[in-house]
Amino acid sequence: MANKFLVFIEQRSGIVKKSSLEAVKVAADFSARLSGNVEAVTIGNEIEGLDKIGAYGVSKVTFFKNSELVNYSPSAYTELISKFAIENGFDHLFFGATSMGKDLAPYVSVKVDAGLAMDCVMLNTNGSEIIATRPIYGGKALIDVKIKSPIKIFALRPNVFNPGIPSDNKAEVIVINADNPNLSVRVTDIKKAEAKLDVSEADVIVSGGRGMKGPEHFHLVEELAQILGAASGASRAVVDAGWRPHGEQIGQTGKTVSPTLYVALGISGAIQHLAGMRSSKYIVAVNKDKDAPIFQIADYGIVGDLFEVVPAMIEEIKKIK
Amino acid sequence: MKIAVCVSHVPDTAAKINIGNDGINIDQSGVTFVVNPYDEFAVEEALKSKEKFGGETVAISLGSDANKESLRKALAMGIDNAVLLKENGYRDSLSVAKALADEIKVQGAELVFLGKQSVDFDNSVVGQLVSELLGYNCVSVAVSFTLDGNKIICEREIEGGKEIVETNLPAVITCQKGLNDPRYASLKGIMAAKKKEIVEKAAFAADNYVEVISMKKPASKQAGKIIGTDSSAVPELVRLLREEAKVI
Repeated sequence: MANKFLVFIEQRSGIVKKSSLEAVKVAADFSARLSGNVEAVTIGNEIEGLDKIGAYGVSKVTFFKNSELVNYSPSAYTELISKFAIENGFDHLFFGATSMGKDLAPYVSVKVDAGLAMDCVMLNTNGSEIIATRPIYGGKALIDVKIKSPIKIFALRPNVFNPGIPSDNKAEVIVINADNPNLSVRVTDIKKAEAKLDVSEADVIVSGGRGMKGPEHFHLVEELAQILGAASGASRAVVDAGWRPHGEQIGQTGKTVSPTLYVALGISGAIQHLAGMRSSKYIVAVNKDKDAPIFQIADYGIVGDLFEVVPAMIEEIKKIK
Repeated sequence: MKIAVCVSHVPDTAAKINIGNDGINIDQSGVTFVVNPYDEFAVEEALKSKEKFGGETVAISLGSDANKESLRKALAMGIDNAVLLKENGYRDSLSVAKALADEIKVQGAELVFLGKQSVDFDNSVVGQLVSELLGYNCVSVAVSFTLDGNKIICEREIEGGKEIVETNLPAVITCQKGLNDPRYASLKGIMAAKKKEIVEKAAFAADNYVEVISMKKPASKQAGKIIGTDSSAVPELVRLLREEAKVI
């Protein structure tokens, strides 16, 4: 097998996503372990500092450029990437499992006839091929999978793989004009949510649950999140109650997250919530009920009234920041 | 217009998941199965679309006889017809999609709704695969859907916002929470659903590209320390986060 690796570089507003750098690093490591080589491909109009992704282990980036591709177009991206992969004989394709990557990777997998491992949290090799580990049942279990088709696609969960320390290497950028892109499905506009930071991309998350007692108290969650540089999250109960938007929901029917620090305020820890955040590196829980399941997985707990504890936390952290 | 909705039959999100003796499947004993929660949004959107544009709705599910329960629920909510594609073994997402796409073609549906992911294997890819196999357009993770003539405008959820996506029929839409509020089945609907026939067919055969080697539980996290019971514990908490965990 040729072991030709290709990494899709995702850009939003001309900025390369961190998840793509993580994918470059992983692909570079595994192509070296399997005696292959690695390149990258990207699509857009103006993209900043593309040569800098060389610092994560690729020496060549092909950039399909067109002013109509400022925003994502599933149809155009699928055609360009699939054609490029087939013509150049790439057999291992890597994506970040972002909202774009999750949309795009399956279209490409049909076009190039590849098996797809979505949302991988760990990769290993058995010497000759890659074994991917991915969570299932919202994180209640993990599976190891092997892709048997000649062409294989791996989509890596963002924020899990370490992009490592960048080197000084620069990648060669080859610009190709993408004439007449297929825009049968196209993004015409992007509406930014009020929240500054999305839970799926955050390194620190502060979440509120039923114990917040009402939407009017979530300013406490937001204040603590703000001073920690965190995203605000929510339990399913409070999203279902209409207190918080669905985009903040963490758990099996919301987002599965693995931040460095997860602060659970007034969250008892229903099984479907725990499944979605248990892989967080450090978990802090504040809850009145000492028997709340959240304390079984929390590294640090305060069994007490969050309306007293959280303002104190805000004050204390302000002192050191 | 013919509208199809695909439903999967999955363990309730409240269920504890244990690994079966074979080490590659879950232990199903004591596990309650339900309609995949995201598929309820798909059923609702199919019903709303029929109410607006007319036509006929069909629910398709791939799996064993147990899936009939989820198909009956779709019928009870108001779906006109139901098809069970019989399969007892494991299929990867692409193989599932090939069977669904095959049946959608037989049905002649030009608008297809699915949940954005099944809460069992969580791949969130089947809708996109089905669309590509059929040569249909696709919008995944839709939180709004409008159809005007042939033209579709959707909002899809992305990190920190929404994308406005435009496309045309024929199309596959994968449904995210927030798209609609699924209706409850009426008593009349439940009674009518009991009498409706669920058409059973052998699922279109397709090879698996992705093989499950092993299944395991995540490493269990150990309970940590309870630092205190009121705000007097806060300085110690912050010290631990700073000095022990080194996260702030």
